[in-house]
Amino acid sequence: MPAIPFLAATRRIAASKIVAALAVATLFAGCIAAAQSPGELDYSRTRSSEHGIYRGTIIVSGDSIPTGRLQSWTLHLETADGAPVDVATVSVDGGMPQHGHGLPTKPQVKLALGNGNHLVEGMKFNMGGWWVVKFHVNSTAGNDSLVFNLSL
Amino acid sequence: MFIFALMRLKPWSRAALLGVVVALILMFTTNLHAVSRKRTRWSSKERVLLRSLTLKSLGAIPRDPSNRVADDSTAASFGQLLFFDARLSSTGTVSCATCHMAEKNFQDGRPVGRGVGEGSRRTMPIAGTSRSPWLFWDGRADSQWEQALGPLENPVEHGGDRTQYARLIAVEYRTRYESIFGRLPSLGTLPFRAGPVGDTVRAAAWARIPGARRDEISRVYANIGKAIAAYERRIDFAPARFDRYVEAELASDTLSSPSLFTPDEEAGLRLFIGKASCVNCHNGGLFSDGHFHNTGVAQSRATALPDSGRTSGVLKALAGEFSCTSRYSDATAQDCAELRFAVAEGPELVRAYKPPSLRNVVDRAPYMHAGQLATLDRVLEHYSSAPRAPLGRSELKPLHLSWSERRQIIAFLGTLTGPLTAPPGFLAAPANHTVE
Repeated sequence: MPAIPFLAATRRIAASKIVAALAVATLFAGCIAAAQSPGELDYSRTRSSEHGIYRGTIIVSGDSIPTGRLQSWTLHLETADGAPVDVATVSVDGGMPQHGHGLPTKPQVKLALGNGNHLVEGMKFNMGGWWVVKFHVNSTAGNDSLVFNLSL
Repeated sequence: MFIFALMRLKPWSRAALLGVVVALILMFTTNLHAVSRKRTRWSSKERVLLRSLTLKSLGAIPRDPSNRVADDSTAASFGQLLFFDARLSSTGTVSCATCHMAEKNFQDGRPVGRGVGEGSRRTMPIAGTSRSPWLFWDGRADSQWEQALGPLENPVEHGGDRTQYARLIAVEYRTRYESIFGRLPSLGTLPFRAGPVGDTVRAAAWARIPGARRDEISRVYANIGKAIAAYERRIDFAPARFDRYVEAELASDTLSSPSLFTPDEEAGLRLFIGKASCVNCHNGGLFSDGHFHNTGVAQSRATALPDSGRTSGVLKALAGEFSCTSRYSDATAQDCAELRFAVAEGPELVRAYKPPSLRNVVDRAPYMHAGQLATLDRVLEHYSSAPRAPLGRSELKPLHLSWSERRQIIAFLGTLTGPLTAPPGFLAAPANHTVE
């Protein structure tokens, strides 16, 4: 028997608490290590619109989309059955879902280039990471949105 | 003592504790191994990111189509004279260099600038601003020359006016001015003190001048800005130790090559581009994305006036008398894309300010748009805790950086200290800067 039973019991409780705290700390460290950026997203440059009315392809100059400077894209727009869409009202928005902010510019789609191609002006991305760009399309075929994921 | 306590644990507790200790030792040694391995080996993705942060990634200084004399060396020399000329003020005591002090990286080390009166914003450094699409903390100017014109007639900065400045040019700099910009207009009957900004007397005198004459004087005023911009445009950053480090890291793929960074600096860089996410906004060769962010910085004590940041800044830029699309600009409408595609409204603009370059940041206290944070320790504390914004919504999320991690980031920031580069004689007052 310890000389002071109360102190011995206190030590046992303290040791148990240390074990529990260390176990929690280990688990927490494991959780941090497992944190991931979105990897299961579809980053393809050709996408169907949310309600399937359109198929859209973004065409950028060069292999990668640069950050930090204004750029123009071409948006190729066609109906689900492959007919090019030349007459349409297209607006653009987007942003970084993980950061909660939108695009740094207000891009415009005002010029139809023919064969379903539309000039997208004023695109800019001011940082790397996961971006979402949405084209809201309105034509005689209907209203629908094309959503593109970008990893910059 | 510890062994004594351990022996008194029940067998299952001893086993669990042993297991956790072994796990921790494994984690610790694995991390140590990772750190030592990573010390000179960055992943391919990290190497791309590191390269993007070097000065080499910036390329040549972009042209400024709104300023036809931007790359004219005669205009740049004229701009240097004007930059250091205190007669460009209401009192004859304030020049651009009063706040943009050449010996202090062209800033003044004060929470807010002090010209003929006290301003409400921190003086921004000049180096590298030729690469920025927006000038001032709130981006209310879209070129260096438009920026230069703001303080000249601001009542608390230079406090002067347009007819005063036109007369100074006519008397002191006529030959030089006319060789660059063409003939000066006649100033004979114009009032000595008149301009659209400032006190009511000068504004009334300005309003009485016929429109065509006002336009002539404003053009002289715009040309003063263009000459100053031609000078400022040539002040740029030279490589810092960080640039040399990245160059060496990218050239070497061996563990044996000595690092140009201390372990703390290297750990700080890893935090900067990793856990602390500093690189989100402080990116590119200037360590600034040139955009606008609400980071929850407290209201300045220097002014009781509300400061909405980019909300008002973008409106001023769009309506700017000397903007890229103005009659005083040399650009075509197609050249003014940043203005054309600017976001003009929205909650994200509220109290959003431009991140200045982090190059030479350790020598540039105090920090934030009104010098609210006195030291880098306070800055890191701010980013670590992410306080609520006084207005609008802060983009920050608490980083919970340890004291050691903050120290490492600050150590890394020290590697961004480097000299400025400019044509000979441009980094100080001209030898004879008051007479032609």
